[in-house]
Amino acid sequence: MGAEFTRHVKRNLVAYIALLPMAAVVIFAYLGTMAWSVRLSFSSSKLLPRSDFVGLNQYVTLFDTSRWLTSLGNLAVIAFFFLLICFVLGCLLAIFIDQNVRGESLFRTVFLYPYAMSFVVAGLIWQWILNPDLGIQATMRGFGFSGFVLDWVVNPRMVLYAVILATVWHGSGLVMALILAGLRGIDGEIWRATRIDGIPAWRVYLSIVLPMLRPMIITSLVLLSISIVKMYDVVVAMTNGGPGTASEVPAKFIMDNLFERANIGLATAASTVMLITVLMVMAPVIYSQYFRKSGRAA
Amino acid sequence: MMRQAKPAVARRPLNYQEVWGRVGIYAFLGVVALFFLLPLYVMLVTSFKSMDEIRLGLIFSLPRQFTIDAWVKAWTSACTGLECTGLRVGFGNSVKILVPSVVVSILLGAVNGYALSFWKVKGANVLFACLLLGSFIPYQVFIYPLVRVYAQTGIYGSLAGIVLTHVIFGMPVMTLLFRNYYSGLPIELFKAARIDGAGFWKIFVSIILPMSAPIAIVAVIMQVTAIWNDFLLGLVFAGRENLPMTVQLNNIVNTTTGERAYNVNMAATVLTSLVPLAVYLLSGRWFVRGIASGAVKG
Repeated sequence: MGAEFTRHVKRNLVAYIALLPMAAVVIFAYLGTMAWSVRLSFSSSKLLPRSDFVGLNQYVTLFDTSRWLTSLGNLAVIAFFFLLICFVLGCLLAIFIDQNVRGESLFRTVFLYPYAMSFVVAGLIWQWILNPDLGIQATMRGFGFSGFVLDWVVNPRMVLYAVILATVWHGSGLVMALILAGLRGIDGEIWRATRIDGIPAWRVYLSIVLPMLRPMIITSLVLLSISIVKMYDVVVAMTNGGPGTASEVPAKFIMDNLFERANIGLATAASTVMLITVLMVMAPVIYSQYFRKSGRAA
Repeated sequence: MMRQAKPAVARRPLNYQEVWGRVGIYAFLGVVALFFLLPLYVMLVTSFKSMDEIRLGLIFSLPRQFTIDAWVKAWTSACTGLECTGLRVGFGNSVKILVPSVVVSILLGAVNGYALSFWKVKGANVLFACLLLGSFIPYQVFIYPLVRVYAQTGIYGSLAGIVLTHVIFGMPVMTLLFRNYYSGLPIELFKAARIDGAGFWKIFVSIILPMSAPIAIVAVIMQVTAIWNDFLLGLVFAGRENLPMTVQLNNIVNTTTGERAYNVNMAATVLTSLVPLAVYLLSGRWFVRGIASGAVKG
């Protein structure tokens, strides 16, 4: 191998050098930091990192911390409704737009523009609209509906739905855009054939067209799921986790413990839990999406 | 991407049922469009009102007296804590962060993509797989160790630090984008140039780069919106001197004491959204292409 390998490296030397920045980023910025984070989760680090070893203590404390458990529960609720509503709404919009409607590009532009804006902006706008003193609630009461209640942002039992509303507004256009792109790639023959057979359109969509759009569906679900797991900005802007801890999310729990509560051990234990969860869910998706089809056989 | 819509069936008069079907389609799209436009409308009308008018609690009404005071205040003198310098500071910071981050991350992405799809580098695909996997993992896993390393090398809280961070976290999408695009180019071009004795950089500059315009446009759109909209990384890495517009916006809105100036807040929110909105409206279908081809967004 030796001589042959040397010749190979010599022929491709510049390519090796050109990929050094990427190698450095992967090794230090991704893998190295990840390992360091995981290592810290087994230490008793508080304000400063320590190099002792306390086993799984931080994890035991973590799952004994009600704020963390609340965050996990909140994330589950948000993820469920967000994914469901975005997906159904996005598909419906795409299918309806695909019926030769007039003003198609206008509709497309309107449904996707929130996705171009930042989560901070989305959170702040909806915080204002849902403001109980001066927002929709006040307006409706001013019209004479004195019992009208829309106090989601200040009501601990409803605040998650306020967050879901803002994120659905932000994200459903993404599903619409991807599914619509998929629908445009579908062979028109299918429609002719099913029409001759007298199959109703909704059945064709449900049992023939949507299954054909599998790659688009997976892509959109992956993108939406990532944004949910990373969700931080929108909550900070809209509710800052409140009222109380009613809208805390894991990403915010970690940030608070890292930078405000000076509890690095606990924060890294929480981030390790997120890391493992994401890896378990994403590894098969990444494999099937990126490594089987694209990429030239070298 | 296929552009044409499904061919319209025969041009015959619609029957009773079909007319109602069309009405239903437009009604659904119209109602949802209103829901999507509502925040933009509320944001704009609020920003042109005076506080006296806002206190009336009619959030949907048009301003009786148009005033741009709120806009002027948001831009020049809105307060974040004790400093009352307005959003223009954040705007300047965001531009300073944006330009080098976009340029460097795209150049690196192009070189990585080129080396990965045309050159034989042992272990490159493993590195790339790690990089992709890294892009799915929440930032919280990497942040703390990065902060420590930055602090030790003296770039924590500096412009260089935040630019480097954007380059690091933008690398997976950019590399994926260029790699997939270059994999679709005919390899014969590359082989012919190799036989002529051209080296790594010569081929890159004189053959590959001139063909990269379409994907470079997509990359610019993606990076500009992603970096402009970033909140978390700017908050942690940019330092007090370089806080980006999104962070400053959130500070203006959520840290004011006393009565909140909702008109100023909304003007500030619109101002922060202008750059990504302009990119979105001008780029049209390219924006969707970016979403679809870079299925991993940071």
